[in-house]
Amino acid sequence: MAHFFLHTLIGQVILTVLEALAVLVPLLLGVAYLTLAERKVMAAMQLRKGPNVNGPFGVLQAFADAIKMITKETVIPSGANRFLFLFAPFLTFSLAMTAWAVIPTNDGWAVANINVGVLYLLAISSLGVYGVLIAGWASNSKYAFLGGLRAAAQMVSYEVSIGLVIVSVLLAVGSLNLNDIVLAQRHVWFCLPMFPMFIIFFISALAETNRAPFDLPEGESELVAGFFVEYSALAFGLFFLGEYANMFLMSGMVSILFLGGWLPPIGIAPFTWIPGPLWLIAKILFCLFVFIWVRATFPRYRYDQLMRLGWKVFLPLSLVWMVLTAGFLLATGLLPQGGAS
Amino acid sequence: MMTQIVFYVFATVLVLSAGMVVSARNPVHSVLFLILAFFNAAGLFLVAGAEFLAMILVIVYVGAVAVLFLFVVMMLDVRFAQMREGLQRYAPFGAAVGLVLLAELALAFSHWQVAQDIGSVPHVVAAPGRTNTAALGDVLYTHYVFLFEACGLVLLVAMIGAIVLTLRERPMGRRQNIDRQHERTAADTLTMMTVPLGQGVAANGGFRRPEHSYYIASVPGSYGVTEEPVPQGKSVDETGQGGLGAENHGGLAQ
Repeated sequence: MAHFFLHTLIGQVILTVLEALAVLVPLLLGVAYLTLAERKVMAAMQLRKGPNVNGPFGVLQAFADAIKMITKETVIPSGANRFLFLFAPFLTFSLAMTAWAVIPTNDGWAVANINVGVLYLLAISSLGVYGVLIAGWASNSKYAFLGGLRAAAQMVSYEVSIGLVIVSVLLAVGSLNLNDIVLAQRHVWFCLPMFPMFIIFFISALAETNRAPFDLPEGESELVAGFFVEYSALAFGLFFLGEYANMFLMSGMVSILFLGGWLPPIGIAPFTWIPGPLWLIAKILFCLFVFIWVRATFPRYRYDQLMRLGWKVFLPLSLVWMVLTAGFLLATGLLPQGGAS
Repeated sequence: MMTQIVFYVFATVLVLSAGMVVSARNPVHSVLFLILAFFNAAGLFLVAGAEFLAMILVIVYVGAVAVLFLFVVMMLDVRFAQMREGLQRYAPFGAAVGLVLLAELALAFSHWQVAQDIGSVPHVVAAPGRTNTAALGDVLYTHYVFLFEACGLVLLVAMIGAIVLTLRERPMGRRQNIDRQHERTAADTLTMMTVPLGQGVAANGGFRRPEHSYYIASVPGSYGVTEEPVPQGKSVDETGQGGLGAENHGGLAQ
């Protein structure tokens, strides 16, 4: 009976909504606690205590921040384009959520297991720049505009190297499906044979999410806060949530492309007892820790150095590696004969 | 049924936003409507079952080309009043060009020819059971690889041409040569000197201090003057025997 109901149209809709909630609710909770974790971890690295007043170890700080953000007044600058000004944070936030539809958390466990999953992720992450660009323009403020322009140039530059890194991974997999990409890493995670690409991808992910040391779009010392200078209250909160959800997404992509997704490090007994989703979560958390670690360690890049790194270092390196990968796979006969649906 | 509804939704929004691209007053709004149009075109591709083309459309056109459009258009300083002035002058010319194009279109449609023997054109039949990504790859990279690579070369030449036309080595400004910075060692820039201790050094370590400061009185000999510091100012003179008091207070009373 229940089985029959699930195959009707309404049943499918309800099922999809439930699946989406099963992904988004943990994600938003994770975002809330990532802000706390970032402050705590950075505090520990700088010999401070971090937030420790609200609740034990400050665990309620995330909710205190959220309540503060919601109850404040949304200020819209008089010269701003009202619709676009409010549309930009919604765009950033909803794109960060949309991408999670294709992330597989276990074998076959994805809201949408589509056969161009990687391209979908690439498409969604390349749209992220619009939220920033529109916010910078619609604020009608010079600081915000400069921040928006910087963000656009930066994100477009680093997407190129991200794309080429993904191509070398795809060469070794022979499929664009994220599920297949994880299953191809049963024997060895791609971070070992493709270690340089793993590093390039991780650094590009830092630049793509506008994180330190590439946080030039918001560089507070020269641009006040960059593209969201004029934002306050809930609109600011949506930007904030979107950026942190993007960090989760990029960590998820690193885990799936290079760290074996839900697979345990070795497929033997004590490791296989832990369920797959927990492995994926552990890997994502590890990547997020490195994100924070990097922020606490490195000073910000200068703008021309950032562009030089993207175009003159990462792009040629990933291009050469792509050719090397293809050549190696062809020479050893390991080239996967993909394409069968 | 469902597919048709989805198709008409995408198609309607596509046509409307395409209309807004040309009719919007603000050029930034035009570009944003263009992006919306791209999006809906990608949606139509999805409905038609061409998921690879849909994703590539979003990645290439929305994610890269339109970003650069938006980038440029946002920085343009468009004066709308000036544009309206131009409209009157150029309207007849524009109308003439439009009429010629319309006439040509009419001619083309009235003499439309369809090739009869379509079966003789060599084309590739995709193997059954392949995803359409793989089928596209077969066509582009296996059957028509030379044509495809030639297209790539044409684009490369265009790109190099654009760079050559616009790149000028301007002498102004200083550029950072990172390799040179990396090659620099301490030996290139530093020479270690052995200086005899305490010789050729100004008294007080060469530090300059303001001439009249409380420091003279508070730290005797700190200015390198050996004689008794004589504090300047009226207050000392007035107190007369206040020299002792000034010393006791560390000169801060001044």
